[in-house]
Amino acid sequence: MPAVDAPSSKHGRGDVLAGLVGFTRALSTAGLPVSMDRVTAYLDAVRSVDLAQRDALYWAGRLTLCGDPDDIATYDQVFRQWFLQEQPELPAAVRHRQPTIATLTPQTPGDDEESSSGDVHRVGASEAERLRHRDLGDLTAEERAHLRELIALLRPDPPERRAVRQRPARRGGLDTRRTVRAMLAAGGEPAVLRHRSRSVKPRRVVLLIDVSGSMQPYADALIRFAHAMSCRMPGAVEVFTIGTRLTRVTRQLRQRDPDQAMAAAGKAVPDFAGGTRLGETLQAFLDRWGQRGTARSAIVAIFSDGWERGDPTLLGEQVARLRRLAHAVFWINPHAGKDGYAPVQSGIAAALPHVDKLLAGHSLATLERLMQVMRDARRSG
Amino acid sequence: MTEAAHPASPIDLADPRAVAERLAATGYLADDGVATAAFLAIRMRRPLLCEGEPGAGKTSLAVALAEALGLPLIRLQCHEGIDAAQALYEWDFPRQLLHLRALEAASGGALDADEAERSLYTSRFLLARPLLRALQERCVLLVDEIDRADDEFEAFLLQLLDESAVSIPELGEVRAEDPPIVILTSNRTRELHDALKRRCLYHWVGHPSVEREVQILRSRLPGISQRLAEQVAAAVRKLRELELLKPPGVAESLDWARALMCLDGGVLDAETANRTLGAVLKFREDIERAQAAGLAELLVE
Repeated sequence: MPAVDAPSSKHGRGDVLAGLVGFTRALSTAGLPVSMDRVTAYLDAVRSVDLAQRDALYWAGRLTLCGDPDDIATYDQVFRQWFLQEQPELPAAVRHRQPTIATLTPQTPGDDEESSSGDVHRVGASEAERLRHRDLGDLTAEERAHLRELIALLRPDPPERRAVRQRPARRGGLDTRRTVRAMLAAGGEPAVLRHRSRSVKPRRVVLLIDVSGSMQPYADALIRFAHAMSCRMPGAVEVFTIGTRLTRVTRQLRQRDPDQAMAAAGKAVPDFAGGTRLGETLQAFLDRWGQRGTARSAIVAIFSDGWERGDPTLLGEQVARLRRLAHAVFWINPHAGKDGYAPVQSGIAAALPHVDKLLAGHSLATLERLMQVMRDARRSG
Repeated sequence: MTEAAHPASPIDLADPRAVAERLAATGYLADDGVATAAFLAIRMRRPLLCEGEPGAGKTSLAVALAEALGLPLIRLQCHEGIDAAQALYEWDFPRQLLHLRALEAASGGALDADEAERSLYTSRFLLARPLLRALQERCVLLVDEIDRADDEFEAFLLQLLDESAVSIPELGEVRAEDPPIVILTSNRTRELHDALKRRCLYHWVGHPSVEREVQILRSRLPGISQRLAEQVAAAVRKLRELELLKPPGVAESLDWARALMCLDGGVLDAETANRTLGAVLKFREDIERAQAAGLAELLVE
């Protein structure tokens, strides 16, 4: 990257400060979580470094204004637009391959070659994917009433696991600290023995919801279901949508109000009613989240009809990999409860040997059943 | 503490390049990003949060920084269920009890209760755990793998990071005279709270370039030939481009080079690569994929 001699290359020298603050505003518009204290830290950092040094301005901002590897690509782009006239080459250290979700976007048909250095954002926005911002706030009254009812009726009983942390208990190992403290209070007499034992914590639940075209009639209800679960078990539920790409919507669904949460999720998911590449999105989930910890010892529920446009072998491999990490894997198929259903679709046929249970998921009753199954899930095999 | 007591005072360091030179003297080769991050962490007195692939050198940065600055390193390894008693402080109850008994015996029954209680909760009965120790002396504090701790634990770190102080109900506030240089690392097994991230500088540690990796191998493994270092770095770069479950980090390339040096000859060819692949790839699927891609292919320069 060519050295930037002053942060004012685009503005007059007088308003360096305005230029810097304007840059943070541009980052904020581009989607970075720029808060007041981050801006303060940024200005502080710019003052601390020697701006004559190559890349000093770049690093001062990247270290203070980014908070996630996903932020870095956005930061690089905005930085180039704001401070550098030409499109420069980035330092090698910045060009490393990020585990970026957007690289999963399908290329145009017939072009299966990995586009290695393309701008992920540009590819992500390609027409081929039929990205649409679906307005989930604009539902019919009938649907809305049904979904409110759904949420009102759900009382998920969180699945639990034993935690490492020990809590005071009636029986269990001797809690020396509390016993001695009781002795202190009693002037040194061993009056009462205190015990402690391992506590229980809610077991993590991961919901992977297929939002492709064939699942469209169910997607709204399923995401509402996910919202109800995450309200009931805050912090223990992770929700992702799968389709042509992986989107994490856990954060959007954290809002209490279901309609606001749905609107936020609808905005975040770009591939509503698009195609299906379950194998690749599942691989992205495992690479990016699952293997690092999200899927470990979790109960994973995949909501999909199993129509796979990609390679079913890859899907089979990835479900098997998921099975080895997770406590239990359930596949919920809206069609499974219907007459004459047979799991013959390429995707589900490949995945079926590796899932613990194939369940129906087309009605409220079946979703209630699912919650029971999740609570009682035991690790098998 | 005086400047004289610390000849390598961070105040000496004028710019990121000076930090990089200091780090290089300890054998840690820092690129621009790491050097600037470390420099700003020292200058701005702000904690540095390092995220990145396992084996990318996050922990060793803290170790090297402590050595470079001539400060002690205090390390807190996080794990699930870690609590204040393990991280911050604990009262030494058995000793308090003994002390109480001794007081009782000495006073012959006429023990002043208030006086006795006051004497129990003094710093001599306080067991300082890593975080409290970090406030008592000037040091580099490494909070390793913060993502492994429960998220309640993060909230507990906030006061420490903000004010370099902690509150102990029985004693009052303990404040650091000289705030520690704090480095937090995370492997991203879960997302950290924004409240924590906002208080930190953030650095994503990626894989090094081939040239830098050669330098790292040569500086960490005295006795490695330039040729072997180049071969290993190039092959590891190619392995990272395969879609592996666990792409090898710097730690793995060091292991691999070490393994190759143990075999007589110390050369990397298809045959030795096959024998030592377990040093660099840790999943059966990854080994199969690398073999399918052709080990000879990896070694083409």
